[in-house]
Amino acid sequence: MAMAALRREGRRFAVPLISPLRSSLAPSEYETMEQAVSGARSISTQIVRNRMKSVRNIQKITKAMKMVAASKLRAIQTRAEKSRGLWQPFTALLGDTPSVDVKKNVIVTVSSDKGLCGGINSTSVKISRGLYKVNSGPEKESKYVILGEKAKAQLVRDSKKDIQLIITEWQKNPLNYTQVAVLADDILKNVEYDALRIVFNKFQSVVSFLPTTTTVLSPEVVEREAEAGGKLGELDSYEIEGGETKSEVLQNLTEFQFSCVMFNAVLENACSEQGARMSAMDSSSRNAGDMLDRLTLTYNRTRQASITTELIEIISGASALQG
Amino acid sequence: MQRQASRFILSRASAASMRWRRPFSTDLPAEASGDSKFIDAWKKVVPNIEPPKTPFSYMTPRPPTPSTIPSKLTVNLVLPYDSILAAKEVDMVIVPATTGQMGVLPGHVATIAELKPGILSVHEGNDVTKYFLSSGFAFIHANSVADIIAVEATPVDRIDANLVQKGLAEFQQKLSSATSDVEKAEAQIGIDVHSALSAAITG
Repeated sequence: MAMAALRREGRRFAVPLISPLRSSLAPSEYETMEQAVSGARSISTQIVRNRMKSVRNIQKITKAMKMVAASKLRAIQTRAEKSRGLWQPFTALLGDTPSVDVKKNVIVTVSSDKGLCGGINSTSVKISRGLYKVNSGPEKESKYVILGEKAKAQLVRDSKKDIQLIITEWQKNPLNYTQVAVLADDILKNVEYDALRIVFNKFQSVVSFLPTTTTVLSPEVVEREAEAGGKLGELDSYEIEGGETKSEVLQNLTEFQFSCVMFNAVLENACSEQGARMSAMDSSSRNAGDMLDRLTLTYNRTRQASITTELIEIISGASALQG
Repeated sequence: MQRQASRFILSRASAASMRWRRPFSTDLPAEASGDSKFIDAWKKVVPNIEPPKTPFSYMTPRPPTPSTIPSKLTVNLVLPYDSILAAKEVDMVIVPATTGQMGVLPGHVATIAELKPGILSVHEGNDVTKYFLSSGFAFIHANSVADIIAVEATPVDRIDANLVQKGLAEFQQKLSSATSDVEKAEAQIGIDVHSALSAAITG
């Protein structure tokens, strides 16, 4: 009772001086009032507070995405590593021929459907463009076959006329060999080729991916190169069992090679995608944390400054009354 | 202040020129394993991007052809989801080629064989391991290395005889009711696989 009376007294005395600041209000009321007087004397902290909230939310999202990518990566990494045995016999037999000189080149660009995974898709696209340039010339033609939404978005812009086939949304279900074989069959049926050049990111570790190109030749080119000697010259010394003719076996062989190489490429690329996403999300949550620290510091400093100013005003007001 | 700024610019410029110089140097050791013709062509056309790797640089190296025939055969059996045998040394393998069962000993002539559904037996001393392969390819190289690539392979003792009989009956019924050529071919493949499976169990 006595306190209330005192406050009433105090207000009556102080009102003419203190009223623009409304320092006698309760803290909750003070907050709402603060917006109203923003720009008057103290600096509004509302904008900083909103920004802090949004940064904190973004950090939560990126952290969650990192966790999801990490768990997906663990599942797919073992599968990718186990599929690495699959292409080696073909390379041992048919060799590695990126420099082969043929008329119809088809560049199969493997990319992801979703973004936020660092630079792996643009690396794929850059390497594909490079291959296109390397293999262009008179009487030669290069075409693109695109797997995945992201490479499509980048390549449609400038090389629309050279795109022969676009396949997207093939990563919705966990990848298995049957699915990839159907995909490979689709490509083989719709595209005329002498050499297929598959571009993908090979997974090395969570932070490093090696852009890689694997070359798959058509049966006719394999036969021609084997007769001409050179890299495939050893192929002529192999006896061929089964099938009616040699070319029939070679056709089965190259088609099987394509599906096997594709399977490995798709798995490696999916693995790189998850790894890249994981590290990208890790660095962005760290960045959000740094930003939040800076904002908190600014916020606290501003708040403290405004409190100090008010205190000085009150005290000087009171002392003016006394004096 | 000004002096510092100029130094900063200078150091940036020298760093940039260093970065540009590197792709042109010719004595990089890592690129020796790749296809030099391809790398040269790439550098001529796209000098500012590193050439992509090719599968050769990741390959586990294969042994050269020895002058005498080795006593063991090195076998790789790979599937899309696993490598069942990796560089395993055995005495003999029998692969189900489309032309019939084919025994492979060390020093076998280099061969490419298409495989049909059937049994792959791996002989190692007195031990015989039998796998049922769906189909695939076998490459036998001159250096006594055999690569067997299959889409599916299971040890024979893990096949359920009842399910095989059921599947066989199902596909026979499908064949009799098939109308188009595609359906007929699909049913015929099913019958071939299942009869090979039942032969594998009984045989």
